[in-house]
Amino acid sequence: MNPVSQRINEGVRKVPTWLLYVLAVIPPALLFYNGVVGNLGIDPVKKMEHQIGLYGLWALIATLSVTPLRRFARINLLKFRRALGLIAFFYISCHLAVWLFLDVQIWSQIWADIVKRPYITIGMGAFVLMIPLAVTSNNWSMRRLRKNWGKLHKLVYPAVLLGGIHFIMLRKGIQLEPLIYLGVIVLLLLLRLPPISKVRSPARA
Amino acid sequence: MGFKPDLTRRDVTPKAMFLNRRQIMAGAAGLSLTGLIGRQARAQDALEPNSMEEIAGYNNFYEFGTGKEDPAKYAHMLTTSPWSIEVGGMVDKPGNYSLDDILSGVDIEERIYRFRCVEAWSMVIPWNGFELNQLLDQVGVQSRAKYVAFETAYRPDEMPGVRFPVVEWPYVEGLRLDEAMHPLTIMATGIYGETIPNQNGAPIRLVVPWKYGFKSIKSIVKITLTDQEPPTTWNKANPREYGFYSNVNPNVDHPRWSQATERVIGGGIFAARKETQMFNGYEEQVASLYDGMDLSENF
Ligand code: HEM
Repeated sequence: MNPVSQRINEGVRKVPTWLLYVLAVIPPALLFYNGVVGNLGIDPVKKMEHQIGLYGLWALIATLSVTPLRRFARINLLKFRRALGLIAFFYISCHLAVWLFLDVQIWSQIWADIVKRPYITIGMGAFVLMIPLAVTSNNWSMRRLRKNWGKLHKLVYPAVLLGGIHFIMLRKGIQLEPLIYLGVIVLLLLLRLPPISKVRSPARA
Repeated sequence: MGFKPDLTRRDVTPKAMFLNRRQIMAGAAGLSLTGLIGRQARAQDALEPNSMEEIAGYNNFYEFGTGKEDPAKYAHMLTTSPWSIEVGGMVDKPGNYSLDDILSGVDIEERIYRFRCVEAWSMVIPWNGFELNQLLDQVGVQSRAKYVAFETAYRPDEMPGVRFPVVEWPYVEGLRLDEAMHPLTIMATGIYGETIPNQNGAPIRLVVPWKYGFKSIKSIVKITLTDQEPPTTWNKANPREYGFYSNVNPNVDHPRWSQATERVIGGGIFAARKETQMFNGYEEQVASLYDGMDLSENF
C-alpha cells in the first residue's frame, strides 16, 4: 500500500462517524439561515433549492466513491458509507422540502408538477428509490434482510443515475456542468461492472 | 437593496408617457386608441418596480454564461459603442443604421412593464425606450412583409458564453408584423432613466411585455422584414417546449414549469407565489391580435 493511502486510512480510523452527521447538518442550516436573513442574492429560494440539490448530488457521488476508492486506491472509507448515504438522503429531503414549502407552495400544483413535468417526475423517482435505503440503513435491518440487504441497496445505482438525469433535464439547452456530473456518475457505475471490478479485486487491500 | 430610483413613474405624466406625435395627428381616429392608452396608464400606476440591483443582477443572457449572475459578471466585455443595426429585407430603406441615427428619429419614453420569464419568475421593470413601430415607419415596411426577424450580436471575443453550444448562436427571435407594430412593443435603451446595463441587453433590445422574456431579444444587430415566419432560437432548440408566439398564458402548460403561477423576485424566501395573468396582464390591449387563433396550438 502506498504511504498516502496508509496515512489516510490511519486518519480515518481516528474520526468518529458521528462527527460526520454533525458536520453534515451545517451546510443546509447555514443555507437556511442565509436565506432568512437575505444573504442568498436576488432569488434566494432558487439558490437554496439548487445548492441543496447539489449537496445531495455530491453526497450521493461520495457514497458511490467509497467502493472504487477502496478497490483501486486502497483508501478505506467504508465506515463512513452508511453515514454518507443517509446524509445524501437528508439533503435530498431538504431539497424536496424547499421545493414543496418555499418554491411551489400550492398543493394542487405540486401533484400536477410531479406527474406532468418529466424532470420533477425523475427527481421524485430518485427520491422514492432512496426511501427504502434510508429506512434499512441500520444494523437491525442488515441482520434481518441478510443477503437481500445488498440486493436492495443496489437501488442506489438507479437513484443516482436518475438524479444526474434530473439535473441535465432541468437546465435549459445543452449545458456542460450537468453533463460533467452525469459523466462522473456513469464512470462510478462502470467501475462496478464485473470485467472492471475484477481487475484489481483479487489483490488484498 | 437600498437603491432608490431617481426617476419613478410619478415623475412622468401618463399623457406624455403614451401620446406620441403620430397619435395626436391621428386625431379623431385615435380616440379609441387614447381610451385604451388611459387604461394602460392606470394599470401601470399599480406596479412597483424592482430595484436596479435586482433588474441588473439576475439575468438570462446565455452569451455571457448560463448562471443568473454570469451576465452581470461578464457583460462588461461587450463593446456597445459604436453600435449599428443592419435593417434589411422587405423595407424601402435598407441599410446599416447607426444607433445615433435611429435614436434621433424616435421619442424615448418611460414604460413600466411586468416582465415574466418562462422559468416562472417575474419582475417589474421601468424601461426607457421607443415604440418599435417608429423605427419600422422610418425604414418603410413594404406591404408584402408579414414578420420581423431579430438577431443578437455574436462576438466570441466578447461573449464567454458562446464557446459552448447551449443553443445555436447567434440568438434569433421574431414577431408577427402586427405584434411588432403594437404600441406596447418597444425597443429599450434605458432602465430607471439610466443607460441600459449591458447584461440587460445594451445598447438596444426588444421588450414585448405580454410574451415570455426570451422573446425580448437583447443587444440587437440585425432586423429583417420577411414574409415567412422567422426561426427563433428556443423554438429551434426545443419546438415542443417553446413556440413561436410564446405569449404569457397561465392556461397553456409548459413541460417544465407550470405557468399558472409565478415567483415574484424581491419577496424573500417566504413570499407567496402570484397567479400569472393572461398575456401577463396586457390582455385588454393585445388579445385581439390573436382573435380566432387556438392559443394552445399556437403556444
Ligand atoms: C436524488 C435526487 C435528486 C438530486 C440528486 C437532485 C439534484 C438537483 C440538482 C443538482 C439541481 C440543480 C442545481 C443547479 O442548477 O445548480 C436540482 C434542481 C432542482 N430539483 Fe432536484 N434533485 C433530486 C430530487 C429532486 C426532487 C425529489 C425534486 C422535487 C420533487 C426536485 C426538484 C428540483 C427543482 C424544482 C429544481 C430546480 C429547477 C429550477 O431551476 O427551476 N429534485 N436538483
